Amino acid sequence: MSLTDASAPTTTRRLSTSKAMVEAIAAEMDRDQDVFVMGEDVGAYGGIFSSTTGLLDRFGPQRVVDTPISETAFIGAAIGAAVEGMRPIAELMFADFFGVCMDQIYNHMAKIHYESGGNVRVPIVLTTAVGGGYSDGAQHSQCLWGTFAHLPGMKVVVPSNPADAKGLMTSAIRDDNPVVYMFHKGIMGLPWMAKNPRSVGPVPEEDYEVPIGKAAIARPGTDVTVATLSLSVHHALDVADELAGDDIDCEVVDLRSLVPLDTDTILESVGRTGRLLVVDEDYRSFGVSGEIIARVAERDPGLLTAPPVRVAVPDVPIPYARGLEDAVLPTADRIRSAVFGVMGR
Amino acid sequence: MDTATRLDLYRMMVLIRTFEEAILREYHADKKPVFDIGAGAIPGEMHLSAGQEPVAAGVCAQLTSADAVTATHRPHHFAIAHGVDLHRMTAEIFGRVDGLGKGRGGHMHLFDPDVHFSCSGIIAEGYPPALGQALAFQRRGTDGVAVAVTGEGAANQGAFHESLNLAALWKLPVVFVVEDNEWGISVPRSASTCITSNADRAAAYGMPGRRVEDNSVEGVHQAAAEAVARARTGEGPSLLEVHTLRLWGHFEGDPQAYRHDLDGVPGRDPLPTYEQELRSAGVLDEAAVTSAAADASERVEDAIAFARRSPAPAPKEAADLVFA
Repeated sequence: MSLTDASAPTTTRRLSTSKAMVEAIAAEMDRDQDVFVMGEDVGAYGGIFSSTTGLLDRFGPQRVVDTPISETAFIGAAIGAAVEGMRPIAELMFADFFGVCMDQIYNHMAKIHYESGGNVRVPIVLTTAVGGGYSDGAQHSQCLWGTFAHLPGMKVVVPSNPADAKGLMTSAIRDDNPVVYMFHKGIMGLPWMAKNPRSVGPVPEEDYEVPIGKAAIARPGTDVTVATLSLSVHHALDVADELAGDDIDCEVVDLRSLVPLDTDTILESVGRTGRLLVVDEDYRSFGVSGEIIARVAERDPGLLTAPPVRVAVPDVPIPYARGLEDAVLPTADRIRSAVFGVMGR
Repeated sequence: MDTATRLDLYRMMVLIRTFEEAILREYHADKKPVFDIGAGAIPGEMHLSAGQEPVAAGVCAQLTSADAVTATHRPHHFAIAHGVDLHRMTAEIFGRVDGLGKGRGGHMHLFDPDVHFSCSGIIAEGYPPALGQALAFQRRGTDGVAVAVTGEGAANQGAFHESLNLAALWKLPVVFVVEDNEWGISVPRSASTCITSNADRAAAYGMPGRRVEDNSVEGVHQAAAEAVARARTGEGPSLLEVHTLRLWGHFEGDPQAYRHDLDGVPGRDPLPTYEQELRSAGVLDEAAVTSAAADASERVEDAIAFARRSPAPAPKEAADLVFA
């Protein structure tokens, strides 16, 4: 089974994003003895953001492995295990920590397949928590997916909801390539953080894949395409619902993965609406928002009836104070203003 | 040590040296009169391992093709000693389609999964993946061992220390090998490292550490036997440092103006030293020396001819093989 549309789940069972992620991991661990989990606090704690809750009890310490705070060593070890045909899931607790282990990620995980002329595969899933909105400061709040997507050799998936979190995790584990699975803390459904209402949603019980590289139309509309990802999908949906009363019909495109990027779905949407707003919680310059606008411009700038607009984190570190952080994040207020702007209102 | 083993070690050292001399010849042949690092049939940086043959020959004699080796930016000696396909390795150095990496890797990025061989051009960063290979062997209940190689300059990198800790913590079947050739490019060991033996660092991680002096292939062979046996029987990792010799420059084209020990280098060449030792012991005679050289030359020239026959990869395929 494969889910290609956001509206596909027909189940009434509702799970949080974190539980949906864990369900996919558990099912794959049941199915394939080569799948195992390693990372900091993935065992008894169950993952700081509940990405591995219950797996230790179910699979034991041989397959759910707490590691030292030693990302270079354990992510490198995951890469070596993958080279030998195992299918590790390694967790980098925060994407912000990539600096201490980026050589393993970028020079090894991402390049071995190419350097080996395709003779060595590296089927690893690197899970990592991203995003801000809860005053965790400049070193624990970044998204950084643009950085990972910039570097060739890694698939990058960014689920926004429980059903996709499960299906994308299943696809990621089964993929023969390295997949960076970036989950936003704000959509995990954590009891200790302001919960987005859509962080709990319907999730089919059976195994299914959400194909990596296929965006979803999270909300169809005719006036403006809002291309976005992860938590920002929900802010965009909230604004879209609100603006429907102002006779502005937003189409929200949930990218779901950055590598590969589903350029066709973006172009088809822009072809229908003629207007493009990109909402991205990563930094503004040299990133996802610029890339998407460039792809539209490269293919057919005539699709656009108005200049494209982007809402992203201005090029500053994520501030601590609540008011300051809210000023730089892509909040509903900023998205709303941008929609009015692109609509010429 | 028995005669057959000594002959094998000698012949392996001769094969490696013959290969490196042939690559040296081919590398420079079309870079004259003006040296251009990006020109010629073999372009790019070229780090040759002449002088370090005893380390690879001694260690790999204890391994089988089911064991893993992760080597460095200077990988040829370990690749050859571990049984990497010589034809395809040479073709990769020439950047041809029949190369191990179909021309995508180059001489610092040789991968031969048939013998679990890989290398990394980033100092010390070949250690962590070796842990994972060892972990896979351990999980699958094989008695496979992963050998992780770096130079002495790498022993001051974080990846080195993280790897030693994790391997010891998880009792992984790893043998950490440090090739101390005394030079991190132009920086002498005395200016980079606060202790005289990196083997002492093993104590900090609760594993045995041993340093082999004098670039002795038989010393390496014996020390590696203990370390590999320890790993194979589930007792965990060991650290083995070998005081070896960088006979040539850091890379080809390195003028080595910084190197004040050059006058003494030829006298420390391990190959004539070992040959003389074996002759004196009655293990080698003129016929055996001639035959080792002839056999090595035949294999190496055959591999170079294979590489030269192999086509260059099509430029339009440069973007292929990023993903499986």
